[in-house]
Amino acid sequence: MSEPHRDEHSGVETTGHEWDGIRELDNPLPRWWLWVWYASIAFSIVYWVLMPAWPGISGYTRGVLGQSDRADVAADLRDLQALRGEREARLVNASLEEIEHDPDLQAHALAVGQSVFGDNCASCHGVGGAGARGYPNLRDDVWLWGGTLQDIEHTIRVGVRAGHEDTRTSMMPAFGRDRMLDARQISDLTEYVVALSGREATAAAVGRAAQLYADNCAACHAPNGTGMQEMGAPNLTDREWLYGSDRASISGQIHNGRNGVMPTWEGRFTPGVIKALAVYIHANAGGGDEGATATAP
Amino acid sequence: MTLIIDHSRERPGAARQSGGPVSAAERQRAKQRAGGLYKKRVPIYPKLVHGPWRWLKWALLVAMLGIYYVTPWIRWERPGALPDQAVLVDFDGGRFYFFAIQLWPQEVYFITGLLVLAALALFLTTALFGRLWCGYACPQTVWTDLYIYVERMFEGDRNARMRLDAAPMSFNKAWRKTGKHLVWIGIAFGTGGAWIFYFHDAPTLIRTFWTGAAPMTAYVSCLLLTGTTYLFAGHMREQVCTYMCPWPRIQGAMLDDQSFQVTYRYDRGEPRGAHKKSESWDGRGDCIDCRACVVACPMGIDIRDGPQLECINCGLCIDACDDIMVKVGRPKGLIAYDTDAAVAARARGETPKHRLIRPRTAYYAVALTLVSGLMVWGFLGRKELDVHALRDRNPAMVQLSDGSVRNGYTLKIANRGFEPARVAVDFSGVEGARLHSPGKPAGEPLSFEVEPNRVTPVRVFVTVPYEQVGEGQQDAAFEVRAGDERQVVATAFAFGERR
Repeated sequence: MSEPHRDEHSGVETTGHEWDGIRELDNPLPRWWLWVWYASIAFSIVYWVLMPAWPGISGYTRGVLGQSDRADVAADLRDLQALRGEREARLVNASLEEIEHDPDLQAHALAVGQSVFGDNCASCHGVGGAGARGYPNLRDDVWLWGGTLQDIEHTIRVGVRAGHEDTRTSMMPAFGRDRMLDARQISDLTEYVVALSGREATAAAVGRAAQLYADNCAACHAPNGTGMQEMGAPNLTDREWLYGSDRASISGQIHNGRNGVMPTWEGRFTPGVIKALAVYIHANAGGGDEGATATAP
Repeated sequence: MTLIIDHSRERPGAARQSGGPVSAAERQRAKQRAGGLYKKRVPIYPKLVHGPWRWLKWALLVAMLGIYYVTPWIRWERPGALPDQAVLVDFDGGRFYFFAIQLWPQEVYFITGLLVLAALALFLTTALFGRLWCGYACPQTVWTDLYIYVERMFEGDRNARMRLDAAPMSFNKAWRKTGKHLVWIGIAFGTGGAWIFYFHDAPTLIRTFWTGAAPMTAYVSCLLLTGTTYLFAGHMREQVCTYMCPWPRIQGAMLDDQSFQVTYRYDRGEPRGAHKKSESWDGRGDCIDCRACVVACPMGIDIRDGPQLECINCGLCIDACDDIMVKVGRPKGLIAYDTDAAVAARARGETPKHRLIRPRTAYYAVALTLVSGLMVWGFLGRKELDVHALRDRNPAMVQLSDGSVRNGYTLKIANRGFEPARVAVDFSGVEGARLHSPGKPAGEPLSFEVEPNRVTPVRVFVTVPYEQVGEGQQDAAFEVRAGDERQVVATAFAFGERR
């Protein structure tokens, strides 16, 4: 140990450390500081006795207060269920329209709907509900199965081509894959569908396909192409295309006839939650019923 | 800052200078002898003084404690179910009430502004007149003063207290000490008890507090403040200022040799020494080394050592010294509020000049004026109706079956008034835009009933027909009208990619 250095001005010894000529005075700590330290030690001993503290081989010391975060969470969840039970009852007893027009109940439904949508629906329909190719956009005014509050609630409940006995179902045949139409016919039909949506198409092909459309498609998509909501048959005359609007996508859909599936949620959500979800989806789609029934624009 | 201090008396530490190498163990032992690694508090027994500064301190003590205890009980009529307490920090309702002013949590920047103003005012005051805050207005000082007053009531003045502490335990000592601590705890409880009235309706809380129906935060806050008041004002006292408070260090940076501080005028006082009545005052200083200033100091320092970190600028030593000066027949003001520069000038035989306007005081004054102006401007520009437009991000836009494009918005309409308002909403910036809100009849101008004293969120959809659809994003605005008040809320409209 080198000779202790003493600060000239204060006469206090320094710690012997030096940083660029700056030394640290070795003043004694105030006594109360020490007491605070003793108090912390005393506190920790009391804490060990009262609270869960020490890990062991097969468990841990529980503490005499019996504090358990697990039990607290379980109790909180029970409280939450009780709280929700009351709200759930209000949702169940109100009609969908009543929920939508009662600001308080609507706010609750929207909050529940958003949370349930994010956990269950967003994986296919997107977080914002804007959908993707093959997954319907829930934000716009195009509804395969109807866009009124009741329609939406029903679709959530029974699903589409799902296991529910009342499930919504329809089938677009795979005209090409199942050899019902040949490649030239599908090509002509594609031109016909393009023409239906108001775009330019080869007139000759459209003429050739008129009879094909009447024989194979009109039963579901209607003679003028506006579709049929009760059968889930899309409107072919609008600007919204579930599987793509270009010729390759259209002919591919005629060839392969893809049919999407949406699960039934009846057994998984309580009736109140399904109502909240319907109100949430309806509100985000604009909340009106324009376009909710398939009509030509 | 140049300090010219007469070090005629060596500091005690400097006298301990030792020669030759010393082992670490020996240093340790030396420390043990000197009181261990931890410094014991040296008890301070401030002697009661009389004089103008002491009176000012009493007056301020009464005034400030009065403000503290009375404020929560002032009533102020507000409409409806709003609280009728003039000053209330309503955490449950998310409001701060101050007489006619009502602040929302979104406006907490006014509180920030007030804190900035308080800091700047403190800087300016300190640069001009030293640590006046510490000496007169700081709660630590005010409450410590009150506690010392109580101590004096039970145990007498300085000498009596020292005798009592040195005396063995007796009935006399026991009841005096017990009485003092009981009164202290009572004051502490009153302090903590008054604090919680600022956060809840006072007349209700004073009842529910005793029935156990008050919120837990009230009990915890009351207990905490009772504890800290008793501890800080009764037991820790000057240690809080010297060891715990950051202000003494910060304020030290505000001072220069032109700042007025409690100053021992060594030019007049030195050389000091005892004085007999018959002796002449020629060739000696006015300081008779009676230590009246030292025993009066609540911080336990000797002001004659010059400006010190511990000094809170309270002026009690001025009163103590003036008293003595009158008795020995010398002019008052051996210790006075003065500047270092003035004392140094007098020591050189010059006439002192005081400069109140200096770069630092000018900076602080300008900053103070600017921030005050900004606050007033911001406060006068406060609107009763505050509207924000949040555009949906996901999805940013929706194409409808007829090719038109729709954007969704949430308008947050804050009505700070006490009356319901009808708010008409229009949209500008995009040709042909149609507005619509869920639950509202389509095709009619949009308007909403907005409840008073809360934020009402409303959903608004804006649809642009296929023919007007552009590309990318376009600046747009909501026009919001309520009565004759009109606001334009900037936003944007997204078209997305052309399909």
